[in-house]
Formats: sequence, C-alpha cells, structure tokens
Amino acid sequence: MMQTRTTGTTGRREVSEQSSTSAEARRRALRARRLRRGWVALGLVVPAAVAYAAFVLRPLVLTVQYSFYDWNGVTESTWVGVENYRRLVDNPEMLGSIGNALELIVYFSFVPVLLGLLTAATIRKFATSRLALVSRTVLFLPQVIPLVAAGIMWTWLLASDGLVNELLRGIGLDALTRAWLGDTSTALPAVGVIGAWVALGLCMLLLLAGMAKIDPSLYEAARIDGAGAVREFFAITLPSVRQEIGVCVTVTVISALAAFDIVYISTQGGPANSTLVPGLEIYYLGFFSREVGQASALAVVFMALVLAVVLPIQRLTRESDR
Amino acid sequence: MSRTTGRSRRAVATASVCLAGLITVTACSAPGASTTDDGTADAVATGDMTCGTEDVTLSAYVETGFPLAQELFDEFTVQHPNVTFDVREDQFAVITQNAPRVLADNPPDLMRLPQVSELAADGLLYDLDAAAEAFGWDEWPASQLEQMRVDEDGRRGSGPLYAMGLNFSMTGVFYNKELAAEIGMTAAPETLAELDDALAKAKAAGITPIAQFNGGATGGLAFPLQGLMASYGEPAEINAWTYQQPGASIDTETNVQAAEHLQRWVEAGYFAEDVNSLDYSMMMSRFIGGESLFIFNGDWESGNLDTQMAGNVGFFLVPPVEQGGEVGAMSAPLTYGISANAENPECAAYFLNWVATDETARTVSVEVGGSHPMGPADAFLPEVADDTVTAQTLAAGATIGEDDGSMEFIANATGAIYAKSWTPNLQKLVAGEIDAAGLLAAVQADYESEIGG
Repeated sequence: MMQTRTTGTTGRREVSEQSSTSAEARRRALRARRLRRGWVALGLVVPAAVAYAAFVLRPLVLTVQYSFYDWNGVTESTWVGVENYRRLVDNPEMLGSIGNALELIVYFSFVPVLLGLLTAATIRKFATSRLALVSRTVLFLPQVIPLVAAGIMWTWLLASDGLVNELLRGIGLDALTRAWLGDTSTALPAVGVIGAWVALGLCMLLLLAGMAKIDPSLYEAARIDGAGAVREFFAITLPSVRQEIGVCVTVTVISALAAFDIVYISTQGGPANSTLVPGLEIYYLGFFSREVGQASALAVVFMALVLAVVLPIQRLTRESDR
Repeated sequence: MSRTTGRSRRAVATASVCLAGLITVTACSAPGASTTDDGTADAVATGDMTCGTEDVTLSAYVETGFPLAQELFDEFTVQHPNVTFDVREDQFAVITQNAPRVLADNPPDLMRLPQVSELAADGLLYDLDAAAEAFGWDEWPASQLEQMRVDEDGRRGSGPLYAMGLNFSMTGVFYNKELAAEIGMTAAPETLAELDDALAKAKAAGITPIAQFNGGATGGLAFPLQGLMASYGEPAEINAWTYQQPGASIDTETNVQAAEHLQRWVEAGYFAEDVNSLDYSMMMSRFIGGESLFIFNGDWESGNLDTQMAGNVGFFLVPPVEQGGEVGAMSAPLTYGISANAENPECAAYFLNWVATDETARTVSVEVGGSHPMGPADAFLPEVADDTVTAQTLAAGATIGEDDGSMEFIANATGAIYAKSWTPNLQKLVAGEIDAAGLLAAVQADYESEIGG
C-alpha cells in the first residue's frame, strides 16, 4: 500500500514542479494526521495491553516457570525440571480429577445444548405470545444468579430432607431418595444437574436468537412439501443454528472443564474425591499442600487439555460457516 | 493475500518480542528466593515483655464465628487503655490457606494459626522462648505447650515455642438427655460395650444415634476414630505420629482395631444416612434440634450448648474398652502465634500471658470459650454451675490430665493430611469403598509421601 502511494506521488512530481510543493505539504499533513491517529490508537490500546500483560500473560509465564520448581510459596525454591509433570502421570488422584472434568462435559454441555434446542424450538412456535416471554425469562434466570448462590441453593434442594427427596417421597418413590451430594455414585451427576440448570438459559437464548434469523419462507416451503414438525426441525432449524450451537458448546465445555465454584460450594470435591476436578485439585495443591510447583504443572497440563478440547470445536464451527 | 501474511508476520513478531520480554522480566530468578533473607529468620525477643505506656495498636487476625478472641481483646483494652486492637476476621479454612503469605507479607501481631510446624520451619513465626522464660510458662504442665514446640527439622513436641493457646480444648461425646432417657440411658456409658449398646437401642427406637459431619472437605469421622484409637491404644503413639517423629506409624494393630470398631458403627447404620454430605453447622443444628442422640465434638461448643439446650445436654469421653481403663481425648490449644516480622511482638506475648493468668480473662475463657484456660494446674477457675455441660467438660479435662491422655488431633499431622487424606478416605469408609485396614494404610502412605517430599 505504502509502495503504490509513493510511486503515485513520484509520477506527479515528474509532471509539474509547482504542484509538487502542495503535494509534499499534503503528504506531510497526511502523514502527520496518520501519526496523530496512530498515537491516539496507541494511547487507547496501551492501558488495556499493559493490564493484559500484567494480569494474564505474566501469570501465565510465571505458572509455566513455577511448574519446573519445587516451591512451598514462601521459602527458597529448587529446580526440579520436569519432575512435577512426571508425578502427575503417576498420581491416580490427579488423573481421576481430569476424568471427572471430562464427565462433567456431558452434564454442563451436552444436556443444556440438547434441552436448549428443544425449548428454543418450542418457544419459537409461539414467539410473539406473552407465554414465550415468560418462559424465556424463567429459563434465563439461572444465568443471572451468581454460581455460588446457585450452588448453595441446590445443596439445600438435594439434601436428604430437601425438596428433591420430598417430591420423590410425595410420589411414592421413597426407594430413590438419598443424600444426592453425599453418595459417591450420585454426587458427580448431582453437581452436573446444577451446572446444566445454570447453562440452559444461555444456550436457549442463543439458539432462540439464531432461530429468529431463519427466513420464515423456508418453513412455508417445507410445509407445502408436506414436512412435519420433526422434519422441519432436522431439515431447517438445526442446520441454520449450527453456528450458535458451536458457540454454546464452546462456552459450556470450557465451563465444564474449568468448573470450580459450583463444585467447591456443593461438595468441595467429596465424598471420597468423587467430584474432584482439576480446578479444585490445583487449589488444594497450591493452598493446602503448599506445593506451588506441582499445582502449576497441573495447571499447565490442564490448560493444554482445555485447548485440545476447545480448538477442534472452534475449527468445526468455522468450517461449517463456509 | 500478501498483506495478510505481512500483517500476521508482524503480529507474530510483536507477540514474540513481547513474550520474550515477559520471560526475561519474570523468569530470570527462581521463585521465592528473596522472601526469606530479609529477617524472617527466627526473631528473638529482646527488651521489655510488656505493652509499655505509649499507645499501641495490636493487629490481630482471628477466626470468625468464635467470639472468645474479641471478648478478650475488649477486656484487655479496659485493663490496658493504651492498647487497642485492629482485628481482621476470616473463616478457619481461609486463615489456613492464607497463613504463610499473611505472616510473610502483612505480619500480624496476633494470628489464629493452623498447625504450626511448617510455618515455624519456614521461619515465619516469632520465637516465644524468651517470653516463656520471662513469664514462667516453663513451670506450667509441659504437655500444654508441647504441641506448639517445633524443632529444627519441623517436628513438633520439642524445640523452641512458636505459638500459645488462648485456652485448650478437648473432644468427647455430647448427648441429648431427653433422648437418652427414652432408651433408658440414665448415665454416661463407662465402657465401649455400653456405648455400643446405647447406639443399638437408639437405632432400634428410630432415633438417629449419631449426627456426625463428614461432608465436603471436613472428615468429621476423625473425631470418633481418634477417640476409639485412644480407647484401644496409647495416646503417646498417636502423638508421635502427629509430631512426625521418625518411624511413627498410624497403621498399628490397636489403631486398626479402633478403625474396625468405627467401621462396625458405619455398617450398623449408627451415623445419619447422609453423613457424607453433612457439614459442621448442619450437625449442630440437628443435634440442637433434638434429631440425634450423640455427636462427637469439642468443648468449644459447651457454652453454646448450655445456652441452646440448657439442662438437656450431657458430655462424656469416649469410654475405655474395659471398665476403669484409661481414657484419652483430642486436646489441643486454641493456637495463636506472632509473626516473625510483627511490629509489637512483646506486647502480643504480654497479652497471651495475660489471657492465661488474669482472673477476668480466665473467666471469659471458660464462660465464652467453654474450654479450660492455659496456665498452672492450680490456677484460678471461675465457679461453674454443676448442671451445665461446661462443668462436665471441665471435669473431663481434669480426668484427661490425670490419665495423661491428651492427644493432638490426627488431622494436624501435616498441612494437607486432613483435606487430602483423612477426609476422602473416611468418606470412602462410609461408602464401603475401603475397609478399616485399607483406610489406615492409605493415610500412612500419604503421610510418608508428604513428609518425605
């Protein structure tokens, strides 16, 4: 771009000496304006860039650095190379926590996306009615409740004398009642229910927005061709919101893998480590065991895992855009 | 096309320069190298062990939810008007995880501490030996201070004194007298067999025998387990383990018997069904609400229970296997330490001595804290009404003293053993995923890997 413009002015200079001074002045003015604009842009970017470097990049680099040390967070550290990483592989507890995080993807991501599709497709049908507004609001409500509050509320609901068990007793299913968060076999799914409840609203709203963009004539055409509601959903609705589904899946998968607050509030990783997730394990290692190096190593591995899971999802949705 | 490549190349170049810059800025020195050099090494008390006459503000970092510290601060200010307190409160779990950094970066004069061995070994705590000598703490029963002494290798039991207790608490079994009467239990059980019998009768009568917390990151079954360990074995062996003495093991024959006894209680359904999701406050509210016969808990609740269940609550120590046998109990000082970099360490030490020796302070310790004050065995004790549970816990404390049965809590053996080993393994025991022997073997393995590494 620079080059073309220079050639242009040089050409003009050849044509007339007189006009060259004005062209020179104009060029100088242009450069000055561009420089000024550049400074303004820089001035706007720098504060954000500094904050980003200080609070995102620096901790990131430090975490990688710490992961090569044996350090208790206070006294002198010792260089241990990849020892912290090697110990991760040997430790069934840490591997188990990664397994739990992967299982949480089912509850935090697949369930809300499927339910979100279902509810959005249903609400779309009566989109302009008051009922749609009410159901949208009700379903979106969990999204604005702080996760900690949601966690506390659900621990009450899921307690042995909580509402969930009372309802089960009410309909004669006494045999099913249990302390949902205190049973090693049901604790992780119970935590999953909390996460699904929170994520459903966002997915539903995103998908609903996606569905609103679909040209109604498509549905008309399908109906003339004799398609039913199910056929309509699979032939028109689903392909049209693929991009929104991609966003939903990405956001919820990250929240499943990075789950900390809901788990910390509802079970703290218990009972018997059945709900231990990497976020919690990193916290225990760093603050209770005071093994900052080991905690950092797990954090680095975990970040790589999140990228490994999320990047392919991103790629898939990007390709579907074309 | 070429423009995009050019731009992205430039972006990559800029990013690499930035990253390289960051790495050079952050990664040139090993973490933590500089923090210990600047005087966090053992500071030794010098000068006058008083608060002087000038205005002093003592900074204190205490546990929220327990009014004892604040009441003592208020009374101290009344008696020493030149001293005021700047108090910060947090939950114990928060204090535990913050302790090293707070002591290093923002040194308080007085701080409620978790177990002290790692903090002392890291040079973060003020050495109280000079204060002990000046105030004559050396003449108190040695067992009171033993848990707060840490030697050069970070082992407890001997070495310099690094903390002091506001009082010392003790655990045992609280029972609901009305429910006890319903199953015909008119006096505290005197043997384990009698306790088993009461549990069975309660279960048969449809009463929850024990509401014990064991959910989240708090393995509350460690309370009954350690009580049983003292009934079957020797408190000294358990102390050797918590003090990290060489070669000590928790996986001994008598401890396995104790764990098997606990496992029988679990299998018989003596604990609340949802024991693995019960937290401490739920346990207290159920017991106070009359929903369970027993809880295993400490005398720090005595004052509270005397208010909430006046006249309806009794206390006994986990009974011995055979009648008249020796008893033991978890008994630990309510530990407070002084940062190695504190501004007013001498005044803080003077306050700790005042708590143990002033009559009003000792009264506050008993009435608000519910536990026995620190200090000489024959020191002043306030009158406590006979029908209160506080009177019973104080009496039990005297029994423990006679039998030399006080033990440090097994959960304090290392910084992480409670959250990362006792808790998950006790929860596994409840879930039937591990047996008594497996439980102790697993905890011993975690202990060795932690103190070895």
